[in-house]
Amino acid sequence: MLRVLLLILFPVAIANAALCKPDAQNAFKVRLSIKTALGDNAYAWDANEEYLFKAMVAFAMRRYSNKSKTQISNVLLCNVTDRVSFWFVVTDSSKNVTTVPGSEVEAAIRMNRNRINSAFLLTEKTLQFLKITSTLSPPVEPSTPVWLIVFGVVLSLIVAGIVFLVVGGIQQRKKKNKESTERENLEEKGEVTVAVENGIPCEALDLKAGHINGVFAADDERFTSL
Amino acid sequence: LSVPPEIPKEDGRPKWDNKFQYILSCIGFAVGLGNVWRFPYLCQIHGGGAFLIPYFIALLFEGIPLLHLELALGQCLRKGSIGVWNTISPYLRGIGVGSWMVSVLVSLYYNTVLTWVMWYFINSFQEPLPWSVCPLNENRTGLNEECYESTAVNYFWYRKTLNITPDITESGTLQWWLILCLATCWAIVYLCTIRGIETTGKAIYVTAIFPYLVLTIFLIQGLTLPGATDGLAYLFTPNLNTLKNPRVWLDAATQIFFSLSLAFGGLIAFSSYNPPKNDCEKDAVTVAIVNSMTSLYASIPVFSVLGFKATTGYWDCLDRNIISIINEFDLPEESIKRQNYTVWISLLNSSYPEKIAGLKLKSCDLQEFLDQSVSGTGLAFIIFTQAIILMPGSQAWAILFFIMLFCLGLSSMFGNIEGVFTPLLELQIISKSIPKELLSGIICLISFLIALCFTLGSGSYWIDIFDSYAGSLPLLVIAFFEVIGVAYVYKIKRFSKDVEQMTGRKPNLYWQITWRFISPLLLLIVFMAFVTLQIQKAPSYAAWNPKYEAFPMKEEKVYPPWVLAICVLLAVLPCVFIPLVALFPLIKRMWRSKDPSFVSPEVFVCQGDNS
Repeated sequence: MLRVLLLILFPVAIANAALCKPDAQNAFKVRLSIKTALGDNAYAWDANEEYLFKAMVAFAMRRYSNKSKTQISNVLLCNVTDRVSFWFVVTDSSKNVTTVPGSEVEAAIRMNRNRINSAFLLTEKTLQFLKITSTLSPPVEPSTPVWLIVFGVVLSLIVAGIVFLVVGGIQQRKKKNKESTERENLEEKGEVTVAVENGIPCEALDLKAGHINGVFAADDERFTSL
Repeated sequence: LSVPPEIPKEDGRPKWDNKFQYILSCIGFAVGLGNVWRFPYLCQIHGGGAFLIPYFIALLFEGIPLLHLELALGQCLRKGSIGVWNTISPYLRGIGVGSWMVSVLVSLYYNTVLTWVMWYFINSFQEPLPWSVCPLNENRTGLNEECYESTAVNYFWYRKTLNITPDITESGTLQWWLILCLATCWAIVYLCTIRGIETTGKAIYVTAIFPYLVLTIFLIQGLTLPGATDGLAYLFTPNLNTLKNPRVWLDAATQIFFSLSLAFGGLIAFSSYNPPKNDCEKDAVTVAIVNSMTSLYASIPVFSVLGFKATTGYWDCLDRNIISIINEFDLPEESIKRQNYTVWISLLNSSYPEKIAGLKLKSCDLQEFLDQSVSGTGLAFIIFTQAIILMPGSQAWAILFFIMLFCLGLSSMFGNIEGVFTPLLELQIISKSIPKELLSGIICLISFLIALCFTLGSGSYWIDIFDSYAGSLPLLVIAFFEVIGVAYVYKIKRFSKDVEQMTGRKPNLYWQITWRFISPLLLLIVFMAFVTLQIQKAPSYAAWNPKYEAFPMKEEKVYPPWVLAICVLLAVLPCVFIPLVALFPLIKRMWRSKDPSFVSPEVFVCQGDNS
């Protein structure tokens, strides 16, 4: 029984080896940078991880095309290096010893890139499919650019300050004007009504010359003759 | 917090609230953007610590004497720049007019530099910082091409901020975001200078002191960064051979001169608000020394950060090479580290030379990275912003850095505006009934409208022209005439007596010699050397042209003739006022054919204020 199995599988194995080799048709090179991505939490790349990879590729193929019946055994890995990098190829389950066209594989991988990345805890940069480009997602932009908001805040503060100072200046000027007009009014009033201070009429006193106490002024010519 | 109205002295002139405000204003005026982005660059290219020798010699024989002269003049004669020179001699009024003209021209473009700082400041509140990532191109298949070929930082500066045109003759359009920021900057300047020194005196406490705080924070942070010591060693290692190059001495002299903001008229305006009995000699020495110390102090964090940036650039270069090698040879990750890189390279080169050659590895040399020296706007907006991205908590560092730059520039703007404002207040043309607020508003509005032309696509080329021609040569000429005017027209003996009146002691031999002989001689030599160097090669500029073959290198272009004419006009206009304005009293004298004395009468002008 075993010999029969071997006889059947042997040519298949040889055929598979022919399908998966570096730069083969429809083969893709994959490169992982696990230590760069995970640092101390890096896992070692062993046969189990390879199994997971095959499963993810098969999953991607199935998800991409409903008709696809890709099995894990259809995904072939070869030339695994210490880097960690390897080549893989997807064989067609229906036809014998042929590979699925590269465009299909590429489309499938691209569609499910996120799922594949997260299965290995890696990102676009650390799990590289060397021939497959990806569309980059645009950065998130808020509806109002942030700088306009900050600018609005700064400008309103400044304008408030200016208004405050200008209004303050106008008020000071009004107060000064009011004070000086009041003083003028007082002087005017002093000349019209006969204000009497200590029995001496104010007009007799020379107000503009400052505070002169008429009692003590020695200058006779200042006063009208009594 | 209400600003009290002006408390006038007997002569109706406003005054400083206290001495500290005055000193701080002078220091703020002197300490500006140049202390941060020009002095460290000069230190670097002129032999590190060795540059300090010509720098301090220039400080001693040119900076301090001229500073003392200006402060004493303003304090003694108690007028702005035009009034001061008019008092000394009506023939010398042109010096004041020249100073005023230079202050106007410099205020115009200086505030546009602050506009750029403000733009970066308001963009620092985002995560990630907008100059750290390249935007995508139209069909989202890759990064924007211009950004990809240069760097994200360059792209943000040249495209997103300046939207620069490839040639100075192409003006481009007005950039609306820059107009908004320019309006804000002029509004801030108006807010702070609205009532002259009453308002700037309050604002200066913040704008003059805050930069020192931030510099200290950056110093502490900078010293902890990896590679900081490399940068500092590179900066300060003296190379005495450079002293043989006369260019070094010229740069030292011009740096001291422009750094102290001499000949702008702003210092004269500031000291004119002082009480007459004030020790201007001590003030001058204080301000000059603080300015130089600040330059030195600022170069430490700058060079720590530059060393950090060079080191990370070097590490990136190594890492890229390492990745190429391990990808090509399928070696396990982390088998080649930075330390054993050279060992591996030599090993692989001997066994697989063709493969190694095929990889086109870049040669990584730390010295080369350190040698990339930049000054001016490139240092702040390209190099430093790139370094900030690499620091943890970049938003905070960016915000701090740009507020510091803004404060440094704003306190210098106060001096410039004061140099424009004070002489206008004293002109009889401006009637007394115009309130100060209105006058400062008009000045700021007119300046804003004229400065709009700097927000065009070619604006930054024009600012370079203004900086090189209006803000350099005329100052040397004006300062030369200032010293000659005081030393030989006003006569040093009278001036010494005036200074003795104010400070209480006669100016000693050092001042006599420098005022009479050394400073004018030095200024003359510097002026000649400066002009000679400018004439030697056709003035050119470096244009940012994405279509240039060697992009991202800048394209060297020559100025067209009409631009050259403007350059010459800018340099000559302030200087031409000196002889031009001297013609008026000459004509008057010839008309009336009287015999007025050429020199003012022998009255000690300073004493007149004490009565």
